[in-house]
Amino acid sequence: MLNARLFLLQRLSALVMAPLVLGHLALMIYAIQGGLSVGEILGRTQGSWFWGLYYGLFVLAVSVHAGIGLRVIAHEWLGLRRGLDAVTWGVAVGLGLLGLSAVLAVT
Amino acid sequence: MRRPLWFAFLLHRVSGLLLALFLPVHFWVLSLAVRDADALESFLSLTERPLVKLAEMGLVFLLAVHIFGGLRLMALELLGWSSGQKTAAAGAVALSLGAATLFLLRAI
Amino acid sequence: MGTLIVNVARGDATERRSERFEVPAYESQTVLDVVSWIQQNADPTLSYRFACRVGMCGSCAMMVNGVPRWTCRTHVQKVAKGGALQIAPLRNLPVIKDLVVDMDPFFDKWVAAKAVHHPSRGRAEPMAEIAPDEPGRVTASAGIECINCAICYAACDTVSGSPDYLGPAALQRAWTLVNDAKDGARDAILDAVSGQGGCHNCHSMGSCTTHCPNDLDPLSAIAGLKRETMRKALRRA
Ligand code: SF4
Ligand code: SF4
Ligand code: FES
Repeated sequence: MLNARLFLLQRLSALVMAPLVLGHLALMIYAIQGGLSVGEILGRTQGSWFWGLYYGLFVLAVSVHAGIGLRVIAHEWLGLRRGLDAVTWGVAVGLGLLGLSAVLAVT
Repeated sequence: MRRPLWFAFLLHRVSGLLLALFLPVHFWVLSLAVRDADALESFLSLTERPLVKLAEMGLVFLLAVHIFGGLRLMALELLGWSSGQKTAAAGAVALSLGAATLFLLRAI
Repeated sequence: MGTLIVNVARGDATERRSERFEVPAYESQTVLDVVSWIQQNADPTLSYRFACRVGMCGSCAMMVNGVPRWTCRTHVQKVAKGGALQIAPLRNLPVIKDLVVDMDPFFDKWVAAKAVHHPSRGRAEPMAEIAPDEPGRVTASAGIECINCAICYAACDTVSGSPDYLGPAALQRAWTLVNDAKDGARDAILDAVSGQGGCHNCHSMGSCTTHCPNDLDPLSAIAGLKRETMRKALRRA
């Protein structure tokens, strides 16, 4: 169940993510060659303002986007009628905290 | 009611749902980097297994199909671009399969 | 010509069952002909609706082999599967009896979407002049030939999952009015389609446009509403 404000948030977070996801896809395809290692990942991200900001912004946008998306699924497929705001923001905050701690861990 | 754009809708929803379920795992594994670098290293060594590689390819496909499908939706809704939607939806799927295959080829 | 096997959904809201009829097949027979044959020759208690029989009134819509259709203009030959038909009341609306659904929720939502004309001039004033090729008029004209048959409403999965959702027909009418220079409450309409069950719930899967018997395009109309409401929200912000 979406009103205009949630819809706007959903599309804005999508727009913010669009270039980030394309970059992430390209990076995955580039970095997978020769396997993944802790050294390789940290070598790229540690101490880098750029990657910190990149993935920090990514995490914030994806948390909001996933919270709203799961809200709609809970409403339409699970028949949830009340507590939708709790689902949305619960998911968003939970994912946001997990995600930011991951970003902090690798930068 | 099962028409191409309906399938595009379903694909968008299912890919979004699976990505949302995958994210906590993704974040948790990465946060191992500070807490327990050895655990992360041994986890990453799992990614050498063929089955895991296939699963990764699946994830790449999910992400690609969600973004390309999503860009199609936003063009439809916000730019009012409505002709050729079925072709565009099929193109989004093809592009995603291409990205996922490229990923797999480089992974092996 | 042979015989058609027709399974008809019967009963009231609480007790549903399916009944099987054998109906003689004819050339150029419509699904409505089949239903009428059953009511006239096999079981006079069968309830169903129709009026014009020529695709004008929008009262004869039913589910035919799982697809919502205007039965008076649907040829049996085109939709029968192996000489068989499944006929059921429209999806997404409460059943009253047999093939008759309660259309109230459908029309209540037109009102909730403020999809009714709001006069902008009094009877003493001259009529507003609007050229037929003005962009707003062209957009409005694209959606006005709706016969209120609720076929799009029955086809829409978002209505099934989200009972508050206003649905394609009401939203399309709202969009025609937003584009109608003669409507006096266009901002109020945009607000009315921005709430809980508003246009933003639509997932653009286009089942409405695919099934509309009049070849209307609610999908694009709703996209138009999304655009206009976003423009308005950004103006306010
Ligand atoms: S495009 Fe929107 S209104 Fe039409 S069937 Fe899909 S969700 Fe319903
Ligand atoms: S938009 Fe088409 S399908 Fe929907 S009620 Fe109007 S005529 Fe019927
Ligand atoms: S009977 Fe009027 S539209 Fe079918």
